[in-house]
Amino acid sequence: MKKIFLKIMTLVFAFSVVSCGDNSKNDGNKAQELSGAGATFPLPFYNVIFEQFAEVNGDAVAYGGIGSGGGVRNLRDKIVDFAGSDAFLSEKEMSEMDSVIHIPTCMGAVVVAYNLDGVDDLKLSGEIIADIFAGKIKKWNDPLLVALNPNITLPNENIIPVFRSDGSGTTFVFTDYLTKVSPMWASEYGSGKSINFPSGQAAKGNPGVASVISQTKNSIGYIGSEYAFAQKIPFASIKNAKGEFVLPSVASISAAASGDIPNDTRTSITNADADGAYPISTFTWMIVYKEQNYSDRTKERAIATLNLLKYIISDKAQSITSKVHYAPLPDKVKELSINNLKIVTFNGVTILQ
Amino acid sequence: MNDKIYKIILFIATLVIPIICGGILYALVTDAYEAFEYFGFFKFLTSSEWRYTEGAEQYGALPFILGTLLTTFLALLFCIPFSLPVALFVGEYFKDTKIANFLSTVTDLLAGIPSIIYGLWGFYTLRPIIMSLNISPQGSGILTASLVLAIMIVPYAASLSAEFIKMVPNDLKESAYSLGATKYEVIKKIVFPVAGSGIFSSYVLAIGRALGETMTVTMLIGNTNNIPNSITSTGNSMASIIANQFGEADDLKLSSLIAIGLILFIITAIINMIGKIMIKHARIS
Repeated sequence: MKKIFLKIMTLVFAFSVVSCGDNSKNDGNKAQELSGAGATFPLPFYNVIFEQFAEVNGDAVAYGGIGSGGGVRNLRDKIVDFAGSDAFLSEKEMSEMDSVIHIPTCMGAVVVAYNLDGVDDLKLSGEIIADIFAGKIKKWNDPLLVALNPNITLPNENIIPVFRSDGSGTTFVFTDYLTKVSPMWASEYGSGKSINFPSGQAAKGNPGVASVISQTKNSIGYIGSEYAFAQKIPFASIKNAKGEFVLPSVASISAAASGDIPNDTRTSITNADADGAYPISTFTWMIVYKEQNYSDRTKERAIATLNLLKYIISDKAQSITSKVHYAPLPDKVKELSINNLKIVTFNGVTILQ
Repeated sequence: MNDKIYKIILFIATLVIPIICGGILYALVTDAYEAFEYFGFFKFLTSSEWRYTEGAEQYGALPFILGTLLTTFLALLFCIPFSLPVALFVGEYFKDTKIANFLSTVTDLLAGIPSIIYGLWGFYTLRPIIMSLNISPQGSGILTASLVLAIMIVPYAASLSAEFIKMVPNDLKESAYSLGATKYEVIKKIVFPVAGSGIFSSYVLAIGRALGETMTVTMLIGNTNNIPNSITSTGNSMASIIANQFGEADDLKLSSLIAIGLILFIITAIINMIGKIMIKHARIS
């Protein structure tokens, strides 16, 4: 009996060894299969772009929408070619891994959607949004809201804030904005992918928040623009740093990046001090290692990765953004990104000329 | 010789399940260790803080343990008036009739409906009703989640209870009838005492199902990470916080979520064990 058991085990072992040995490297000049993971926010845009990229260059891209945090974790573990992230890496995160570069791929925004009978042109300011989500403004007919919206009759009803129950880049951008415009918010809640909102209720994902809002009278919540633009849901115009009330749109989101952008593009463009800028706008980034030779990657793979990034910031790809409810990058940001791509190396030798 | 080979294969195949179960427990314990070590096991269980602020992270499981226990307990309470009549109808009053077969098939069918569908029904049908009755302004909350959970666990409680009610020996019931007992008296004095621990155990197993329910609860409970102050207020459950926060969690937060998973695992295991022991008792008597 023991002998047979041994035989079976040897057989199993032999099989596993043989199948492992088959995994010989065969990258050569063949089409590459790039893999990335991260933010779900730009996923609809990436899906279109990756398909086109495969047609043009022949290299396939597999992207897992596992959330920005997961994407960065995968990049840190060096198991993907690039990570997608709605938030740029902090100095602390950067110091924990080999040096990386950030390439913005498109722009989006967070809209403040609401459900009020007969109202579809609500105006809000950052301080008021912060007070509502902090539970300090409790009624729709609060004097502060009435003063901002003199032409609307606001009901004497409780405001029901709706927020995200899952960790999300959308929450990060929204709270990043509130932190900038409201000292109260900055000291009590701060910014992050998950925040302990004191009142209201939470739902999972943009679709969850959107359906709670559309189902619940007197509610207000924040939704990613890429989702909100595709829905018939009213959203507020928000007072920007210049004092204008701006509705989120492709033009007003792009305008938010027309100010000063640092060379590494790691910047938050919420509350941007630019004309016509929608104040809760954001970039979304792809993050790659500066030195592309890691985890036994071939040079061809590194080149394919750079080709993909170059393709995404090309005019052709950027023209698709607005069709899938995102906003295109301004030219200046594209130039910065090209410069950043030029410093990517393989074995210390730059790849792009 | 052949027999021996079969025996070995059978032995290996059987061994896989306990190994997987042990592996899950091992992974949970090792990954949860960081959170227990950082906060202290007891403090983690009793703290109601769930704060993400970087540098001052504070995670405690109490709101979620309470949320889970509260929804489960309420669901059990709401489920009894639906499941017990079904069990009596199928197991006693209309035993082995066509209508009883039909009813038990329909009840069992409820068990096969995916939880997301219950969630959708709760979200689009029950929640507006709760709002229009002015029970709570936002509709979601412990109460809404419990009501839907109650319907979800009816089949588990009802069909097993019916089996135990059917098992009550006929001679006992017939002797009671021969003494002039009414049907109500037979159920009260014979069926319940004899099948009692069996019925109890079927409810314990139903609780086991309600404890781990994730999707439905997430859609209806409101997902606020604080201790609910009334049954209509919003809250969160253990399974639901894990499902919600897992995607973007790392380090201490991830470990805390896994620790919550471990606690849920233990609670579920204990409750199932109680149920199993009760069933054994019921069979012997």
